[in-house]
Amino acid sequence: MKKVEAIIKPFKLDEVKDALSRAGIEGLTVTEVKGFGRQKGHTELYRGAEYVVDFLPKVKLEIAVDDGKVGEVVDAIARTARTGRIGDGKIFVLPIEETVRIRTGESGVEAI
Amino acid sequence: MNRNLMEPRTWSRHTWGTGLVSLVLIMSILAPPYSGISTAAAEEGEAAAAAPQVPAYFSSTNDPQKPSWPDATGAAAGVWAAPAGDGKADVPASLTIPDLYDRVAHNLFSINMVWVLVTGFMVMFMQAGFMFVETGLCRAKNASHTAAMNFLVYPLGCLAFWAYGFAIGWGNWWNGPVPPGWYASLGPGLSLLNSGIGLGAAVDAAGNATGAYAYGLLGTKGWFLNSSVNDVSIMALFFFMMVFMDTTATIPTGSMAERWAWKNFIIYGLWVAFPYCLYANWVWGGGWLAQAGINWGLGHGAVDFAGSGVVHAMGGAIALAGAIVVGPRIGKFSNDGKPQAIPGHNIPMVVLGTFILAFGWFGFNPGSTLAGTDLRISFVVVNTMLASITATLGAMLTLELKGFKHDPSMLCNGMLAGLVAITAPCAFVNPIGAAIIGLIAGVLVVLSIFFVERLGIDDVVGAVSVHGVNGLWGVISLGIFATGEYGAGWNGVLRDEYVKQYGSDGVRGLLYGDASQFFAQCLDAAVVATLGFVLAYIWFKLSNLITPIRVPAEIEVEGLDIPEVGAPGYPDFALHSVGRSISG
Repeated sequence: MKKVEAIIKPFKLDEVKDALSRAGIEGLTVTEVKGFGRQKGHTELYRGAEYVVDFLPKVKLEIAVDDGKVGEVVDAIARTARTGRIGDGKIFVLPIEETVRIRTGESGVEAI
Repeated sequence: MNRNLMEPRTWSRHTWGTGLVSLVLIMSILAPPYSGISTAAAEEGEAAAAAPQVPAYFSSTNDPQKPSWPDATGAAAGVWAAPAGDGKADVPASLTIPDLYDRVAHNLFSINMVWVLVTGFMVMFMQAGFMFVETGLCRAKNASHTAAMNFLVYPLGCLAFWAYGFAIGWGNWWNGPVPPGWYASLGPGLSLLNSGIGLGAAVDAAGNATGAYAYGLLGTKGWFLNSSVNDVSIMALFFFMMVFMDTTATIPTGSMAERWAWKNFIIYGLWVAFPYCLYANWVWGGGWLAQAGINWGLGHGAVDFAGSGVVHAMGGAIALAGAIVVGPRIGKFSNDGKPQAIPGHNIPMVVLGTFILAFGWFGFNPGSTLAGTDLRISFVVVNTMLASITATLGAMLTLELKGFKHDPSMLCNGMLAGLVAITAPCAFVNPIGAAIIGLIAGVLVVLSIFFVERLGIDDVVGAVSVHGVNGLWGVISLGIFATGEYGAGWNGVLRDEYVKQYGSDGVRGLLYGDASQFFAQCLDAAVVATLGFVLAYIWFKLSNLITPIRVPAEIEVEGLDIPEVGAPGYPDFALHSVGRSISG
């Protein structure tokens, strides 16, 4: 079992969700986050005082995936979240030790 | 010729003459038998042409023991001039000349009183505008506290004004200098405001003090609106002047927001009526600044129609002293003194607040005629509007030329600066003058905001720049742009040479031939800036010994809402920005 974490641009969320649906993914968790990468920020002025706009709003998706589907999922996300411009985001794949469905008590791959 | 200050105030023949002319007009419409009144030959007209029988209240002051004006307390539901049941009501032929005079006078006072009250309601509503502007410009974690300060300043200020402020400000109002032929627009009941303190007490022929002074300093009548001032006219004046004071009181809450301790703010709210009403007495209450024309030949004395100086410059001076004493917010200036941006949490709120203030100003300025029958109000309204829009555009232009984006909060400050600046000259300038005054105000406020920040003073909302700097500009601009068209005899100054040259001696600025008015305005500006700042600085330093003026650092960082006033502004949201910079 693997967890796929993806940081994407917020306006890409609907497209990515649809692509994941087509890939057979039935559940995901979404968080609103702030962040930056090599993109760096830019400087703005508020009432005469400079401030640096470092953190940009992003969306983080977390999806639990069966080992065999990881490639398909990563590909679906990367394809739909890409704009070609700086700040598109990153995808991380982490191992999951255990998964439990709370309603039924199932565990393991059936719980994904 | 100048009116002699030492004479007690009396109604002049001008009033009787004006009244007679209006009576003639009315009678020629209503009652044909009287139409020939102006020619002495008519049988019934003879007596009237010889001596107009004007009502007693037009010739005497109003003694509460023997009131001569018909309904001083409104107890008769305002029914005077031919009340029902006396057989005369509404039958024109049976009304005598004094009855008609009474009726005209009643309508006149009624229009004026309704005008003052309704415009006063609009000014009271400006409190909501201030609350929105200030709360929108502070951080979300301080929203409830900032709103609470703007709210509570109304009850606290009103309490202080009722207890002592009105008395020291207007207690001797009746003895101030006035033009010949002037009448109290709200009613002769205002004659009760006749005792105060000053230098150079005036005495009558018998050697008794008349209550007037060569240099008025403060009033001493009307504490808690006691029975000695129990008159409908005084109630209206009290209300109108109170909502103006409230505007001043709420200005410093803007510059000192986000770190001002609640308890210290409360005692401030009870104190602020003191500097305001003292200075108001000097300019509006018949005191020495108003008398500077009669005493020292400085134009018509200090002239300030609706209060650029009395209300706004005073508020700005107090705001400056407060911001200096309380110190900048944590994180406002970096270690090397560079100002850091602390963006407001709700810009739409700021814009809404500005619209509310701009609307309320249409009560603030024209209401200051204290007379709905003074048709100059339409000029006042147009001048107010033009100054507000040119100031906004001036601010926008300044930002553009400096290479900045058109920050809505700065545009709002621009509009407010224009409104502040036009407040003093609004009745005395022409529309082009108003537009120029506004344009300069818009440029000034932007430059001032940057300048104040560079001095290391943390003014959260720009109160010092909007109200202080532009309040002073407003006072001075009157001395430059006043056209002389309005205000004949203002503050009792009526100079023959001006009447000869221009036909009347209206309030006139430098560009229209009276440099002495400019100097009067400069004196006025210097006094308000100094008095306001010094009194406020002393107060804030002293009050800090009673209860600390600033919240502890942990509270300031966490947010004042819960620790200071016990109610979070936005309990459903996580409010703290992560790190020093913000998200785009």
